[in-house]
Amino acid sequence: MQHHLILRVITKMLVGTIILFAFYVQFHGDFSPGGGFQAGVIMAVAFILYGIVFNLSKVEQVFPPWLVHKLVALGVLIYAGTGIISLFLGYNFLDYDALNPHHPSHGQHWGIMAVEFGVGVTVTGVMVAIYYAFAGRPPPMKDEDW
Amino acid sequence: MSTVEVQHVAKTFIDHLPVLQVVIPLISAPLIVFIGNRKLAWLLAMAASATAFVMACLLLAQVKDGSYISYHIGGWAPPLGIEYRIDALNALVLMLISGIGTIVLPYAYNSVNAEIPKRHHTLFYALYMLCLTGLLGMVSTGDAFNVFVFLEISSLSTYVLVAMGAGKDTRALTAAYDYLIMGTIGATFFVIGLGLLYMATGTLNMADIADRIAEQGTNRTVQAAFAFIVVGMGLKAAMYPLHHWLPNAYTYAPSAVTAFLAATATKAAIYVLLRFMFSVFNPGFHFEDWTLYLIFIPFSLLAMFAASFVAVFQSDLKRMLAFSSIAQIGYMLIGIAMLNATGLSASIVHMVNHGITKATLFLGVGAMVMYSKTSFFDNLNGLGRKMPFTGAAMVAAGLSLIGIPGTAGFISKWVLVQAAFENGWWFIAVAIMLSSLLAVVYVWRMFEVLYLTAPDEGCTATDPPLPMLIPMLILAGACIWFGFDTELTLGSARVAAEGLLAGSAGMAH
Repeated sequence: MQHHLILRVITKMLVGTIILFAFYVQFHGDFSPGGGFQAGVIMAVAFILYGIVFNLSKVEQVFPPWLVHKLVALGVLIYAGTGIISLFLGYNFLDYDALNPHHPSHGQHWGIMAVEFGVGVTVTGVMVAIYYAFAGRPPPMKDEDW
Repeated sequence: MSTVEVQHVAKTFIDHLPVLQVVIPLISAPLIVFIGNRKLAWLLAMAASATAFVMACLLLAQVKDGSYISYHIGGWAPPLGIEYRIDALNALVLMLISGIGTIVLPYAYNSVNAEIPKRHHTLFYALYMLCLTGLLGMVSTGDAFNVFVFLEISSLSTYVLVAMGAGKDTRALTAAYDYLIMGTIGATFFVIGLGLLYMATGTLNMADIADRIAEQGTNRTVQAAFAFIVVGMGLKAAMYPLHHWLPNAYTYAPSAVTAFLAATATKAAIYVLLRFMFSVFNPGFHFEDWTLYLIFIPFSLLAMFAASFVAVFQSDLKRMLAFSSIAQIGYMLIGIAMLNATGLSASIVHMVNHGITKATLFLGVGAMVMYSKTSFFDNLNGLGRKMPFTGAAMVAAGLSLIGIPGTAGFISKWVLVQAAFENGWWFIAVAIMLSSLLAVVYVWRMFEVLYLTAPDEGCTATDPPLPMLIPMLILAGACIWFGFDTELTLGSARVAAEGLLAGSAGMAH
């Protein structure tokens, strides 16, 4: 039951830190290397690590598959929604100037933040969904089953 | 901090059409997954694709005079930003794709219920919309790399859609896998070609690439790029020796998917070929001439005869129609290779006419498969008599496939033969007619099975419910309508062909 004690303890310590780092990469992406894609992968790593060290059913309690799928869709909606908002404000699709017409560079700043957040959400979801799909595969067929 | 007052004229709905017709299907896909209800999913998909269709019609009305619309994504002017550029050619193809996408959906509702496990339904509609987004995006964008992105969106969703036929026949999985491998090779070749072009010109905007190639002349890099792009897109378009993924993918995919793909996916690839051959490269370059004369013509002729010949001996109706599609793509490519306005308009109009025809036939087969479970000829005996309306629709489409006067198929073959005579290539004209005779043979086999054989004892087949029947009848009606009224199809195709031959319109200033 209590195999790999060190791994378990270290993992529990690391998971929170990894998530924190993911948020840092996400929201500091405009001043330092990073952005939505990297942040999404790092965020997913936290869950995948948890799933590897404990097991699939444990991580699925924390982050249920239905929620993963909704997040995948939500991220795309955030991205496209940002574009749609600028449409409604009378600007071209994804023209972030619309978000702050009096100070376009601020508008660009907010727009890219929103879009990157969408990317982050989707990438997290997709990465975790891929892990679930592979880890949840039934074991290969045995010779007797043929 | 100083506040900068920026003058801005608010854009209206009409200005946004080029991007909206891609974005609306795009948004509908994640919304469908997010809502996760089967009926709402269908409703959303239907609403989104119908909207896209209406928008495509509005776009075509705007550009039918030969002008073009340029839309700058994010307000960044090309060549730095991504440009969507709509002219008569892509507006017509957009109308075909979104039109077929919309018409197939009411049919899909029942067909999907019968063929795909319930838990996959919402995903099916989401993927269908993504596929539609990809195809529409590929056709409307004026940015070469953007074509690749949308190509991948449509391809990836197509692979899964084909694999969803596994509920009915597990061979769908290997078919999808084959398509995945071949499609990925095609997409990779295409992106390698784009990489080479970017290396040679330093830009990704199609019009800008065209300007720069015209300025600096060609070199090995540009020629290699051309070769990679032709092979890559040839794979996606099922150009004759590169067609091996197509028969299995069409045979084992769910019925609604087959009808949708047969009418749209290869057509979008041919559109991209046309766009690159005429608006990015131009036929003034010798290597393009040679490719057209020495590669396109012989392989198209082979496709017209070999694929039709193979179609004659198939024992499965869906597979027979798939081989016929490969032969029909031969007609489209040979029209391009004629390099005159008539030939180009023939291939463009054939894209539309063949799309409508094949969609009707595949919808008809799908309705029969609902009853017979397989599309083997042996299981379809006499079903045309038992299902009078479905049978009638298939007869109309079958005649159009042969090219009988009074059907859409006749118009495209007629224009194609005219183009061959314009070039003095009478042997090509004869070949087109001879290969149509092969079409007579395989279409006759279909009629024979559907009408001249006795149905099985106790056969209870009847016409499918109205939501499935009406799309079929509308498309069958279109097969005949476009055989008489060619103003929309051939008219736009001629404008498009002249636009293509005039070369790139250059960068907008």
